[in-house]
Amino acid sequence: MEEVKLMKGNEAMAEAAIRAGVDAYFGYPITPQSEVIEYLMHEEPFKRTGMVVLQAESELAAINMVYGAAACGKKAMTSSSSPGISLKLEGISYMAGAELPCLIANVMRGGPGLGTIQPGQSDYFQAVKGGGHGDYNLIVLAPSTVQEMADFVDLGFDLAFKYRNPVMILSDGAIGQMMEKVILPEQKERLSNEEIIKHYGNWATTGKPESRESNIITSLDLKPELQEIHNQHLQNKFKTAEKNEVRYEQIQCEDADYILVAYGTSARISQKVVQLGREKGLKIGLLRPITLWPFPKKIISELADHAKGFLSVEMSAGQMVEDVLLAVEGKVPVAHFGRMGGMIASPSEVLDAVEKEINKI
Amino acid sequence: MTTEVITPEEIIKKGKIVFEKTKLMTDCTLSYCPGCGHGVAHRLVMEVVDEMGIGDNTIGVAPVGCSVLAYEFMNIDIQQAAHGRAPAVATGIKRVFPEKYVFTYQGDGDLAAIGTSETIHACNRGENIVIIFINNGIYGMTGGQMAPTTLPGMKSSTSPYGRVVESMGYPLKITEMVATLPGVAYATRQAVHTAKLVTKTKKAIIKAFQNQKDKKGTSIIEIVANCNSGWKMTPVESNKWLDENMLAYFPLGDIKK
Amino acid sequence: MPKVRGAVVIDIEACKGCDLCVVACPFDVLKLDTQVNAKGYNPAIPFNHDACTGCKICALVCPDICITVYQYKPEKV
Ligand SMILES: Cc1ncc(C[n+]2csc(CCOP(=O)(O)OP(=O)(O)O)c2C)c(N)n1
Ligand code: SF4
Ligand code: SF4
Ligand code: SF4
Repeated sequence: MEEVKLMKGNEAMAEAAIRAGVDAYFGYPITPQSEVIEYLMHEEPFKRTGMVVLQAESELAAINMVYGAAACGKKAMTSSSSPGISLKLEGISYMAGAELPCLIANVMRGGPGLGTIQPGQSDYFQAVKGGGHGDYNLIVLAPSTVQEMADFVDLGFDLAFKYRNPVMILSDGAIGQMMEKVILPEQKERLSNEEIIKHYGNWATTGKPESRESNIITSLDLKPELQEIHNQHLQNKFKTAEKNEVRYEQIQCEDADYILVAYGTSARISQKVVQLGREKGLKIGLLRPITLWPFPKKIISELADHAKGFLSVEMSAGQMVEDVLLAVEGKVPVAHFGRMGGMIASPSEVLDAVEKEINKI
Repeated sequence: MTTEVITPEEIIKKGKIVFEKTKLMTDCTLSYCPGCGHGVAHRLVMEVVDEMGIGDNTIGVAPVGCSVLAYEFMNIDIQQAAHGRAPAVATGIKRVFPEKYVFTYQGDGDLAAIGTSETIHACNRGENIVIIFINNGIYGMTGGQMAPTTLPGMKSSTSPYGRVVESMGYPLKITEMVATLPGVAYATRQAVHTAKLVTKTKKAIIKAFQNQKDKKGTSIIEIVANCNSGWKMTPVESNKWLDENMLAYFPLGDIKK
Repeated sequence: MPKVRGAVVIDIEACKGCDLCVVACPFDVLKLDTQVNAKGYNPAIPFNHDACTGCKICALVCPDICITVYQYKPEKV
């Protein structure tokens, strides 16, 4: 049954995981996302649905546990925050190479290094440009509400299995920690081995019966000509995803002559900026990418045919702005506004920046 | 009274097969150097899985090392894992498939250097898996560099004048270490360079898989093996050297039963 | 001549000529061939056929699993 609750973003994601019929969660505590594993340990989904929850000895171990479970055809996930995601990157690259579906949530904090426990968005490059070694992409979903923290679990697994590729929920400490009303979905059944084979094909290591060849999960091909073919296959998948999976939200973009681009917490602030700007008579709008990869290039390019300029608002020194620049294709000026180190911009300072940029045009 | 005069061809025709390759080894030629101990260890694991009738219920994990291609030789479902991470990968498998048999097959660099944390913690949780640990005292795959198990004074490409314990540390007896953990049901050190030891090692592997069946916790079988290429010896010399040097530091036998 | 007779069949092409079986055989049944196989190794071959008891020692130590061992108990005539 659907249920309406007031929850923290991290908790909503954890509860949604149970309800999405996730088979296993492996994690390691780190602020600001420890509530995910705390909630799960408290809820004991092993009793509710049979879902496995395990506190690993490190993020490295956690992602490799996800690898093992995912390679069995199971819905496996992990979550962490920035420094922990850095540790997971080797495993994520292996999973992309071995074509394993899984869900990884990064509830970002400010960096680099140990940085701060306050929210940040400076792992954008790491998330959308691959992050680990090799040519690969993650499908990256950016929630801006607690509701989306919950909804993107199920969506994330759908995409992960559709493309047999890791999917990342790129959130931040503000959304992970904030309390909002959330509609929790109905409980989905966990899939049996037979259902997994029926839905997703017979590729997983489930134990080899006489009737089939052995199923092998690997990213290795020592012969470069075969490894190149494998890479081409991966690239074809990514092209298909780029064509089919772009998601975004437009807020008052129809008549806007200046457009903010922002995701996550920055999108919430930017929405307020749009409201304040409109009250002042500025025709501004917000394009909120929901998928950061694939990036909503086409719509940005289309908007650039009418708008006079763009401002990328991020809690970083300017990362997403590079993708906005590429999408705008030099048609109009693109600027960046960012706070760093765990600082969250206020709507008024962003509005000031918008006005300054508009005046420059 | 004389015994029947008989040719080898007739023995083959009339006699019974007393040894043949298990069907759980594929027909691919093993990628290992001539005389390398990995081959015997592979065969023993597959023989045990075959004889226990669990081939359709067993999932192996082969991390990086010379045995990274184990999936080409073992005719079961296998996951290749990142260097050192096999016990974590095996944990993931075992937790979602508690009724299936899971084993890792790891080298000493893999298990006792880069994967020390994963090894100790899987053992400490008493993950109900079998760990096959090939200790050849060296990094084979990458060309004979020093491993945590390289003997004092032993030469390798990164200890060209011999391992100096004062600056490079001592050979790590990780099987003894994990044997102290309550999660570990069985820890033993075996070898495969003589027929007698091969038979003993097989018994140990049977016991380990039986433990898994009985849900007793982690079983770790260290197999002291040669890496004749890395040691720069002939296979026959390497086995002699193993017997005289490796076994003095790494004595054979059960550490925890 | 042993009471129990044995014979080995060696997969010449899989053999890497490592010599381990030759050294391990207690009855000196095997030797490395002077001819090479397709991979350029001198494979092990049985030459002292009559001495073989089918004890399996060679097969147990062979890393490349090239040896099949047969055993036969001849009838008393
Ligand atoms: C993260 C990482 N670091 C280093 C390597 C390179 N590497 C591959 S195998 C290996 C050592 C293997 O030695 P061991 O585990 O003892 O197995 P062996 O080859 O001797 O059987 C190393 C260092 C790697 N593949 N991945
Ligand atoms: S390098 Fe050493 S461990 Fe690797 S196959 Fe050759 S002999 Fe075996
Ligand atoms: S079976 Fe025994 S006697 Fe016969 S060749 Fe092999 S080791 Fe020698
Ligand atoms: S032990 Fe095996 S590979 Fe080595 S020489 Fe004998 S038959 Fe050939």
